[in-house]
Amino acid sequence: MATNPDNALRSPGFDVERVRQDFPILSEEVYGKPLVYFDSGASAQKPRAVIDAISTVYETEYANVHRGVHYMSQKATDAMEAARETVRAFINARDIREVIFVRGATEGINLVASSWGRQNLSEGDEIILSVMEHHSNIVPWQLVAEQTGAQLKVVPISDDGALDMDAYAALISDKTKIVAITHVSNALGTIVSVEEIIRIAHEKDVPVLLDGCQAAPHMALDMQALDVDFYVFSGHKIYGPSGIGVLYGKAELLEAMPPYHGGGEMIDVVTFEKTTYADLPFKFEAGTPHISGIIGMGAAIDYINALGLKNIAAYEHDLLEYGTAKLSEINSLRIIGTASAKAAILSFVLETVHPHDVGTILDREGIAVRTGHHCAQPVMDRFDIAATIRASIGMYNTREEIDSLVAGLGRVQEIFG
Amino acid sequence: MNDGLTDLYQEVILDHSRNPRNFGAAEEADRSARGNNPLCGDRVTVFLSLDGEEISEAQFDARGCAISLASASMMTEMIKGKSIEEAKALFEKFHALVTGENGIGAGPDLAELETLSGVKDFPTRIKCATLAWHAMIAALDGTDEDVKTE
Ligand SMILES: Cc1ncc(COP(=O)(O)O)c(C=O)c1O
Repeated sequence: MATNPDNALRSPGFDVERVRQDFPILSEEVYGKPLVYFDSGASAQKPRAVIDAISTVYETEYANVHRGVHYMSQKATDAMEAARETVRAFINARDIREVIFVRGATEGINLVASSWGRQNLSEGDEIILSVMEHHSNIVPWQLVAEQTGAQLKVVPISDDGALDMDAYAALISDKTKIVAITHVSNALGTIVSVEEIIRIAHEKDVPVLLDGCQAAPHMALDMQALDVDFYVFSGHKIYGPSGIGVLYGKAELLEAMPPYHGGGEMIDVVTFEKTTYADLPFKFEAGTPHISGIIGMGAAIDYINALGLKNIAAYEHDLLEYGTAKLSEINSLRIIGTASAKAAILSFVLETVHPHDVGTILDREGIAVRTGHHCAQPVMDRFDIAATIRASIGMYNTREEIDSLVAGLGRVQEIFG
Repeated sequence: MNDGLTDLYQEVILDHSRNPRNFGAAEEADRSARGNNPLCGDRVTVFLSLDGEEISEAQFDARGCAISLASASMMTEMIKGKSIEEAKALFEKFHALVTGENGIGAGPDLAELETLSGVKDFPTRIKCATLAWHAMIAALDGTDEDVKTE
């Protein structure tokens, strides 16, 4: 895509053309057309810095971690633990012991649901979720509810996709044992007032888990200011590798919880009679970790920090507003998710064309969007639709790409008449 | 512009998707089976009535994309009056058509179904085209479980 001086004018402090050069995949062509990638909500592309960091691990500092006396093992361990400190600072956790490496948000939620849940839930207890959760923040709770006799309570949303805070406050009771809610909805883009969620829960001494998958790429996070109890996100959505993610938990909660997986790395002393467990964070990190993934995720955070999340957020917000305005000009198009507080996600439907058909046609224009229920079937049911088309914006997208999307939708109308 | 889209979305297909034939639930049918595509949330239910070995009635109810609706619509038209064996043979041949596998040659006449051949260039859409067919086979076999595309 040609350099456009306008972009620099519109977003001082953020040079998107330079950013685009850092992402090798963006110069790929799709069916002979430039790739227009609007699927960062599903998984973001990787900057050269991340790709290089991963190669560097294997080329210069690779061995198993935390278990060798030799030089390479020490070097790999140091690099991995440096990444843990990078994550800690990124989310402003109090202590690196509170940063647990997991495979992704999904594993983080399963860990809490299983370990914390089985210890703390019993018959008649209630778990509060919202109707716009990703399946990965529903099913783990259903599993533990089945095992313990606890029940799920679901906070509704209003027609614009905002969480119904009154309903939430009314649902919280003495039976509530935990609240697990998304920070930003992946299907709608709604930013939830998590400060309020946490304040209300803490009045009743109820811990809160936030699913930060769609928040972490778009806004600065501060675990201490939020005073949140558990927080999860995935490396691959913050421009890092897949297969790695973070569970943040308050140390006192994590300390009281039983291990999730057993194995190497998470032990102190093992005999057949009794095993004592390692201290945090290792208690929850059984087995050889995703070493290059952890280091790659650290590099992604370094990359984001260098640009500044504030600058990224301001730039993306401009694109979101531009995209919202452009899409709203299309008559037969309806945006799903119009809450006043929104992250850079545009979910929409066309009156007469199914999202799957739209996705196929856009694909042939080189435009990658996600179509479907976005692993959030309950929220699709809430709007009485089967699926939406979702254009999720990343830091490398441009206004010109939004124009391409609009032109692509024009082609859809042409074909479907 | 030849990017396969005009082959995929031929007028016949668009017509079937806008005005699906034999559409709607048939509560009195002898057999029915449901198909789900968990990938896109699409659903189809196929209703069949049998007269001995012959399919006397075929209807479907669905929520889906143009390809899945058109395929289901054409299917119900085609299998009505066919024997169970003939319907299964038709599916074999149709499957070969949309997956682009070898072996389309002998066998039943696909007639209008040929218009769905464009699907073979869109691998992510093959499941859309075959969903109703899998449900039809499940209904014939009397399998109770929902058919899934994966
Ligand atoms: C809001 C939300 N929660 C959870 C997940 C699951 O993340 P992962 O598949 O990386 O574990 C996703 C990703 O699709 C998401 O968007």
